[in-house]
Amino acid sequence: MNNVLNDDVIAAISTPVGTGGIGIVRMSGADALKVADRVFVSPSGKTAASFASHTVHYGHVVGKDGKIIDEVMLTVMRAPKTYTREDIVEINCHGGNVVVGMVLQAVIDAGARLADPGEFTQRAFVNGRIDLSQAEAVMDVIDAKTEAGVSYSLNQLSGGLSKKYQGIDEELLHLLTYIDAALDYPEYDVEEVTEKELDQDIHHMMDEIDTLLQSAKVGKVVRDGIDTVILGEPNVGKSSLMNKLLREDKALVTNIPGTTRDTIEDYINIGGVPFHIIDTAGIRETDDVIEKMGVERAKQMVSQAELVLYIEDVSRETSEDDKQWRSLLAGKKVLHIYNKVDLIDKSDQETMKDRLDTNQIVLSVKNEEGLQALKQKMVELAVGSESAVRKADPIVSNVRHISLLKQVRRNLENALESMTIGMSVDIIAIDLKDALDNLRKITGQSLGDDIIDQIFAQFCLGK
Amino acid sequence: MAYQAESYETIVIGAGHAGCEAALATARKGHKTLLLAINLDSVAMMPCNPSIGGTGKGHLVREIDALGGEMGKNIDATMIQCKMLNTGKGPAVHSLRAQADKKAYQFRMKEVIENTPNLTLRQQEATKLIIEDRHIRGVQVRTGAIYACETCVVCTGTYLNGKIFMGEVQYDGGPNGMFPAQFLSDSLREAGFDLQRFKTGTPARVDEKTLDYSKMKVQKGDDEITPFSFETEAIDIDQIDCYLTYTNEATHKIIRDNLERSPLVTGDVVGVGPRYCPSIETKVMRFADKDHHQMFMEPEGLHTREVYVQGMSSCLPEEVQIALYRTVPGMEHVQFMRSAYAIEYDCIHPTALKATLESKDIHGLFFAGQINGTSGYEEAGAQGIVAGINAGLYLEKAEPMILDRSQAYIGVLIDDIINEDANEPYRMMTSRAEYRLLLRQDNADLRLTPIGRRVGLISDERYTHFLEKKAAIEKEKERLRTTTVSPTDTVNDVLKEMGTTPLSSGMPMAQLLKRPEIAYESLKPIDSKRPELSKQVKEEVEIQLKYEGYIQKQDRQVVQFKKLEEKRIPEGIDYTDIQGLRLEAIEKLKSVRPMSIGQASRISGVNPADIAVLHVYLENHRELFKND
Repeated sequence: MNNVLNDDVIAAISTPVGTGGIGIVRMSGADALKVADRVFVSPSGKTAASFASHTVHYGHVVGKDGKIIDEVMLTVMRAPKTYTREDIVEINCHGGNVVVGMVLQAVIDAGARLADPGEFTQRAFVNGRIDLSQAEAVMDVIDAKTEAGVSYSLNQLSGGLSKKYQGIDEELLHLLTYIDAALDYPEYDVEEVTEKELDQDIHHMMDEIDTLLQSAKVGKVVRDGIDTVILGEPNVGKSSLMNKLLREDKALVTNIPGTTRDTIEDYINIGGVPFHIIDTAGIRETDDVIEKMGVERAKQMVSQAELVLYIEDVSRETSEDDKQWRSLLAGKKVLHIYNKVDLIDKSDQETMKDRLDTNQIVLSVKNEEGLQALKQKMVELAVGSESAVRKADPIVSNVRHISLLKQVRRNLENALESMTIGMSVDIIAIDLKDALDNLRKITGQSLGDDIIDQIFAQFCLGK
Repeated sequence: MAYQAESYETIVIGAGHAGCEAALATARKGHKTLLLAINLDSVAMMPCNPSIGGTGKGHLVREIDALGGEMGKNIDATMIQCKMLNTGKGPAVHSLRAQADKKAYQFRMKEVIENTPNLTLRQQEATKLIIEDRHIRGVQVRTGAIYACETCVVCTGTYLNGKIFMGEVQYDGGPNGMFPAQFLSDSLREAGFDLQRFKTGTPARVDEKTLDYSKMKVQKGDDEITPFSFETEAIDIDQIDCYLTYTNEATHKIIRDNLERSPLVTGDVVGVGPRYCPSIETKVMRFADKDHHQMFMEPEGLHTREVYVQGMSSCLPEEVQIALYRTVPGMEHVQFMRSAYAIEYDCIHPTALKATLESKDIHGLFFAGQINGTSGYEEAGAQGIVAGINAGLYLEKAEPMILDRSQAYIGVLIDDIINEDANEPYRMMTSRAEYRLLLRQDNADLRLTPIGRRVGLISDERYTHFLEKKAAIEKEKERLRTTTVSPTDTVNDVLKEMGTTPLSSGMPMAQLLKRPEIAYESLKPIDSKRPELSKQVKEEVEIQLKYEGYIQKQDRQVVQFKKLEEKRIPEGIDYTDIQGLRLEAIEKLKSVRPMSIGQASRISGVNPADIAVLHVYLENHRELFKND
């Protein structure tokens, strides 16, 4: 992370790796426009350096051999009104690893340097464009898998989380102010903090932190998604369920690296929770023969899944295979789906519904019956309830925040313990001050030796 | 006419609390020193409250003493009441405060100065600094004499262009009826110092005969006095009493009715006053909902009837002052002896100083005390001894003495003023120290006496005594750690008596001492092999063991703190050269010129991002500065 001060041009692919419709190669640095000129050819013959700030231009990117690589849109953003506060050039080219990769290679050949992980954001931070917690939230935007995930990160950017921290900060400051005032002016009628107040306030702050830490669990799910496997015998309706869900709830970001024909997987977004759905049907249908798939393969997929949607066809008898599948489910979060209820009598349907356990539902993909119930159950199994997602707002999703919050909580516990064993307020204040210090490390209001490096090391390549 | 007078190694301008410590330090270090005072009757004068110490300030006095200064011994010899404050709280905030016999305090200090070898005391008003080639060469005085010097410590207190305010009555004057110093400011400006105006105030001195103490609450000293100086064995005096009374609605009404006559309101006072030392009119304005304010009656000495009225400083017109004082219970017939006034004076921006208190631009020129924007006798004395020691070390071409925030309140004080450029006079408070539990008043000698020894202010005798004390503490701690208390009936009876849980198995004595309800003394009945130890040793052993866990915690924080302090910033660094630094940060860094990344991080206006940039720059350019 020692490149910050070089004014060299950094470049990276700023769209996710994969097969999206377009790919963007971004450059930042004082000479970004010069580098752009070396690769960009405009039909009008104008140079990138002559373009006004915040304008978009059509043209081609050529490689060092002079051959056209792609037809592109070039965006010029001049300092200081840019993300990094440096000159930025973005090249929108056609998606696909190969083309985007070639464009990136072209700008590197033309003098740019491949950016370190998180280096764009680091520059934004270093140039005073964003503060520490904003910098961290950006990382979460990059990582967010669904729109809901993005909005949580944006919330953090705009200070939703900062507000929470500020609340605890103020409470600590308030206590310390009162304690210290009494200590520094012992002979004046300074209102002293009573043990009861101290006890109440510390507990209140601990509750606030617990809520934040709880939200972190939801946060992880929202950010990383839930690996969900659809399992069941052939022809119970796995693919049609998958297709139905995808049609309705396909996630914002769908390009998964390494997508191959033998697994069908995708992201869907239900109630703000991203589900990474893997349809085991994909494997079978290409291989055609169920036995070939093998129990081992299924075992592996199920063992990695955080949620299993187990589908049965209610109109058929339970088979031997079915029993074999069920044996894999021990210890997993499983939602049992009884599909094709449209094929049985109404009265039988009712009896079935009456006998359902918590994690069982009846469904008719064909008639679109029970889909809402299915989604609700999926969210419940993932994060508790849909309201848990709402309640956990703002969400703490940054690993460093979580670990610091835990430290703050420990500081508060220590303060309580000191109080319980009868230590005086000046001793209790030591732990309260630590709590404040640690809290402030989250927002970057105080600086530890290695914070900056740690944070930026976490950033993914090419914001 | 100007004439060339004698030469000195050091000239100290001003013989207040800063000047006295500075001059004593250089002279005791063996340097020929001249101490100038505008009036020799003002040596070590206490123009405001008649007390030394208090929260945070008591710590400073102990630290001055531990380094080999005079303030602690001087107050020990002249106190008329003494109190350890905050005894209900933990040891970190115990603070000593003593009422001084003001005249006795002055006389003793003057006597010590007069009897110190290498030290000349002279009544002269310094008017001009002689600076050549960015080095201090001498000081010219009002009579025309020019004294040559190699180092100079400026300790002008509130004398520089002093202006007195009492309602509409306003005139040029120094503290307590002294002349102001009206020439030196220009010389400082000429030398490149940017001056600012600060303000402070003092209440009236009243005639004790006209006070009715029966209507007030008596405030007594401690039964057993703890001395300030580690070298004072014991203090056995008959203590005087102080008294507490309160203002009331009638007082406040008079103030409100006459507010437009206060120079604070009219805008005549341009100097910024301290928030922690507000005048009574400021208190009434700012805390309008408070129906009473405290006032303490503090006798000014044994041979005078003058009483200092703490809490009633004011710059309202004299007749209003008298009227409002007379609304207070016990003061109905009060007669003033000296009226309350506000004083405005010139001071420098202490950001122009290094941590040694030497000017960043003029070699050999040091500053200490109120001219650095601080307030208080103790803050002044603390800077005085640091400036004096460093002036001496400068003459000796030796490594300077810099105390950091983890070593001393003095370190906190200096680090704060040179980095913050505060906009009000700076007062020490325990809350300013982040390692409060380490910087206790009881261990000031353990922290600083070895440093005092290194710089040459601690005698062989004192140092031997210090080493013995230190060894005794360690030995006793070790004994308590290795002595196990068995759960016998006798032991448990004693423990139950103390209201603590009885033992079910053996426990080291040191462990037992960690219980807040158990004191070292109270364990005596079950500690048969206890050696005879001095009070200081016993106290230290008890605190170090009882708060061991907390002390270790702060020790760990200090390790972290030191890491950034040790990342030095080379002197020749060009901040404008560093890409990514914000303009404001560049300006601040250029003016403060921090020595380390740690110091830079404490400069107001320099944010963590700037520090990150600076940090990375230094890492990248380490080679460049290697030979710096």
